[in-house]
Amino acid sequence: MIEQFKEWYINRHAYAKQWKERTGGKVIGTFCTYVPEEILVAANMLPARILGSHEPQDVTEPHIFGMFCPFCRDSLAQGLKGRFNYLDGVVLAHSCIHFRQTFNSWRIHLPVEFAYYIPMPNTAQTPHAPAYHRAEVDKFKKAIEEYAGRPIAEQDLDRGIEILNRNRRLLRKAYEHRKLDNPPLTGEEAMYMAVTSQFIDKEEHSNLLEAVLKELPQRKLPRDAGIRLMAVGSENDDAEFFKMVENVGGTVVIDEQCAGSRYFWNESVPNGDRLAAIANRYLDRPACPVKDYPAHSRFQHVLNLAKDYRAQGAIIMQEKFCDPHEGDNPRLKKYLEENGIPTLSLEFDSTNPLGPFRIRVEAFLETIRGEELF
Amino acid sequence: MATLTKYPTAPLKCWPKAKEIRQQYYKDYAEAHDRGGIRWSGGAWAFDAVPMGLGDDVHVMTGEPYAASIAWDRKFAQECQDATDAKGWARDLCSYMRIYWGSMYLNRFFFGGEFPKPDFYYQSQICCSHSKWDQEASLYEKVPYFCVDVCVGPYETLDESRLNYVVNQLHDSIAGMEKATGRKYDDEKLIAAVHNECRSTSLWAEICTLNKAVPAPLDEKTMFSLYVLATLQRSSKQVADYYEELRDEVKDRVARGIAAVPYERCRIITDTQPPWGFLKIYRYMEQFGVVSVGSVYTFGLEGIFAEQEDGSWGPRKTPQQLGIKIKNRDEALRVTADWNLSRPCWQHFYDPRIKTRMMLKMVNEWKLNGVILHLNRGCEGLTVGSMENRLGLIEAGVPVMTYEGNMADEKEFDERRTTSRIESFMETLGLKQIPEAAVAHAA
Repeated sequence: MIEQFKEWYINRHAYAKQWKERTGGKVIGTFCTYVPEEILVAANMLPARILGSHEPQDVTEPHIFGMFCPFCRDSLAQGLKGRFNYLDGVVLAHSCIHFRQTFNSWRIHLPVEFAYYIPMPNTAQTPHAPAYHRAEVDKFKKAIEEYAGRPIAEQDLDRGIEILNRNRRLLRKAYEHRKLDNPPLTGEEAMYMAVTSQFIDKEEHSNLLEAVLKELPQRKLPRDAGIRLMAVGSENDDAEFFKMVENVGGTVVIDEQCAGSRYFWNESVPNGDRLAAIANRYLDRPACPVKDYPAHSRFQHVLNLAKDYRAQGAIIMQEKFCDPHEGDNPRLKKYLEENGIPTLSLEFDSTNPLGPFRIRVEAFLETIRGEELF
Repeated sequence: MATLTKYPTAPLKCWPKAKEIRQQYYKDYAEAHDRGGIRWSGGAWAFDAVPMGLGDDVHVMTGEPYAASIAWDRKFAQECQDATDAKGWARDLCSYMRIYWGSMYLNRFFFGGEFPKPDFYYQSQICCSHSKWDQEASLYEKVPYFCVDVCVGPYETLDESRLNYVVNQLHDSIAGMEKATGRKYDDEKLIAAVHNECRSTSLWAEICTLNKAVPAPLDEKTMFSLYVLATLQRSSKQVADYYEELRDEVKDRVARGIAAVPYERCRIITDTQPPWGFLKIYRYMEQFGVVSVGSVYTFGLEGIFAEQEDGSWGPRKTPQQLGIKIKNRDEALRVTADWNLSRPCWQHFYDPRIKTRMMLKMVNEWKLNGVILHLNRGCEGLTVGSMENRLGLIEAGVPVMTYEGNMADEKEFDERRTTSRIESFMETLGLKQIPEAAVAHAA
C-alpha cells in the first residue's frame, strides 16, 4: 500500500491529468510551499507543487542565468518541456529570489489562465505580519473567486482548512512512527509520502495515509535501521540519494526540508476569522531561511527535531547556489555540533554524484559508529 | 552612426567635493564613538532617514559601498573573501557581503585601524542576501538587528495595507533603536531627514535625466563616483545640497554642449554593478566612440523616478515640491516608505518585465544604440531576471550584449574575454576603434 506514494511521485503528471478529467476541476501549479492551499481546495481546485525532475536539461539557459540554483532551473525546465501543460494557473507566495524567476519566466513564456503572486511577508516574526498577510490571503481568495466564477463561502473555507489540517495531522502521525528504534518506514518512503501530499488530491492522499497508518504498527522492515540520520536543508526530493544513504547503513528518521516536514508540520488553528487562521498558519510554520527574521527561530526547531527523533547525525543538504540556506548553514552546522549532533555537509545539484556522495556518507557513518565504541 | 564629431569636454568642477564628502563619511563613522556619537551599519537600501532621529551625531556606514571601495583594492578584497571562506561561507554568496564580513572577521577597517563595531544594524529586507548579511553581522558583533520587510510587491500595486505593513515596522524599528542606544527620538530630525532623502534622490534622478542630452554630459564611469553619495547617506543635507550643485553644473554642461566622451557617436546603457576592479572596460568602449549614459542600476538604485506629464521618465516630485507638509512621525514614515517603495531597482525583484519596460524607456528617451548586461555572479539581487530582460530587449529590436563577471570578486571576471566580447559587439553595431580616441586613451 505504501508503494502507492512512490507510484504517485513517479506518475504525478498522469495523475493530475486524470484528476482533471475525472473532476473537471482546475489544476493550479504552486511555487514553493507558502501558497495558502486552503483557498484553492476550498474552490475545489487541485494545488500541484512545481518540482524538478532531476534530469540534465538545457532549456532554461535563455531564461535564468546559471548562477541561480539548479532547483529553480530544473523546475522551469519541466514547464518549458511541456510536462505541466495541464496547468490552468500558477501561484507564487513570495519566497526566495531564485524561485521567483521560475515563476516569472513561467508566466511570461507559458501562459496560463490564472497567474497570481502573493507578496507574503519575509520577516514572518514581526507582529505586523499577521494583519498584513491576512489582507493578502483575502485578496488571493477574491482573485480565485473571480477566476472560478463563484464565491468561496465560509463553509468552503472550513472544508479547505479541515482537508489540509487532516492531511497534516496524518503526516505527523506517520512521522511519529519514525521515532521508533526500528522505524517501519525508510526515509525514502517517508519522502515519497510527504512530497506527494504537495500535488495529490489531499483527501485521496489522506485516505491512503489513514490506511497506511493502520498497517504501520505491524510493518517490519527486513533491514537494520543502523545510524539514525536527519536530512536538513534546501529543497530535496532526490529519492536516489535517500536510497543510497539507506543502503550503506543509515536511516533517515526525520527531515527539516520543504519537500518534507516543513511543508506540513503545523496546522491552521481555527478561530472566528478563517482567513486569519490560514494566514497565521503560514507565518507560524517552521521557517525556510528566507523567512527566518530577525532571529534564527529555525535552529531550535531543527535541534528539537533531531532530539525528538534521536538523530545521531545530520546531513546538511545544500542546494548549489541557494543563498538563503548558504546564509544559514555554517551557523546551523556549528549549532548542531555544539549540541552533540555531528553533521555532514553536501552540495546538491539537479543530478548528483552518488559515488562520491556514498563515500562521504559511509565515512560519516563510520565516524558516528566510532564514537559509539567509546 | 553619425559622422565623427569631437565634442568639447571639461572636468566636473564639483568632482573633488564628492571625494571629500566620501572621505569625511568614513572618517566620521570611524570616529563617531570617540565623540560620544552613534554608529549604525546596514544596507544602502535601509531607510536611512529613520536613524537620523536619534541625533546629529549618528553616523552610518552602508555595507555595499564599503565593500565596493575594498573591491578596488584587489589584494585586501581577496584577504577579506578568504577570511569569509575560512568561516565556512559559500564562495558564491554576494561578494559585497563576503568582503564586508571578511573585513569584520579580520577586524581591519579599509580606511585604517580596527573594524568599527556599529551600535546596531539596520536593513531593508528585499534581497535574500542582504537580510542574511546583517543577520550574521549582528550575531557576530553581538548588537541588535532591525530588519524592515519591504517585500510588498511592485509599487504599481501598492495599497494601504501594504504601505501600513512597512510603516508599522518602521515605527517598531524606532522603538528598537531608542532601546538599543538609550536615546530619545526626535521627530523633527526625522522629518528633516525625510525631506533631504526625497530631495537628494529626486535630484539624482534629475541629473540622470539631463543625460538624455546629446552629447551626454556624464558618462557612467563618472556617475559611479557620484551616485555613490546617495548610497552612503541619501538623507543627509550635505548629500542633497551636493546634488543640487551637481545638477546645476550638469545643466550648464548641457547648455554649453560639454561632453563626457569627446567622440560620442554611440550611446548605450549597462546593467547592475560593474566589475569594480576593471572599470577600464568603460574607457575601452570610449575608443569606439561609445558612451554608457547610465543604467537602471546607476539611475534607479537610489534615484527616484516617476512618469512625467508628457509620459517621459524623470524625477519624482518631492513632498516639498508638491506642497506636502510633514507634521509628525507617522506622516514622515509614510512618506519615506512610499518614496522608497517606488525605487526603480526594487521593482524587478517582483517581475522582470517592469525592468524591461524601464530599459526600453531609456532606449527611447536616452537615444540608445544598444544595451550591455553584466551577468553579475556577485549580486543575486540585481542579476535576478537579467536573462528575461535580455529576451525582452531583443524582442523589441534592441542590440544586446551580455558578459559574465562579478562586481567584487575578480576571480570571476575574465578581462580579456570581456573586451573581446565588447569588440565583437562593437562590430555588430558597425563601430571601429577611433584612432584619435585610442591615442587619447593611451596617453
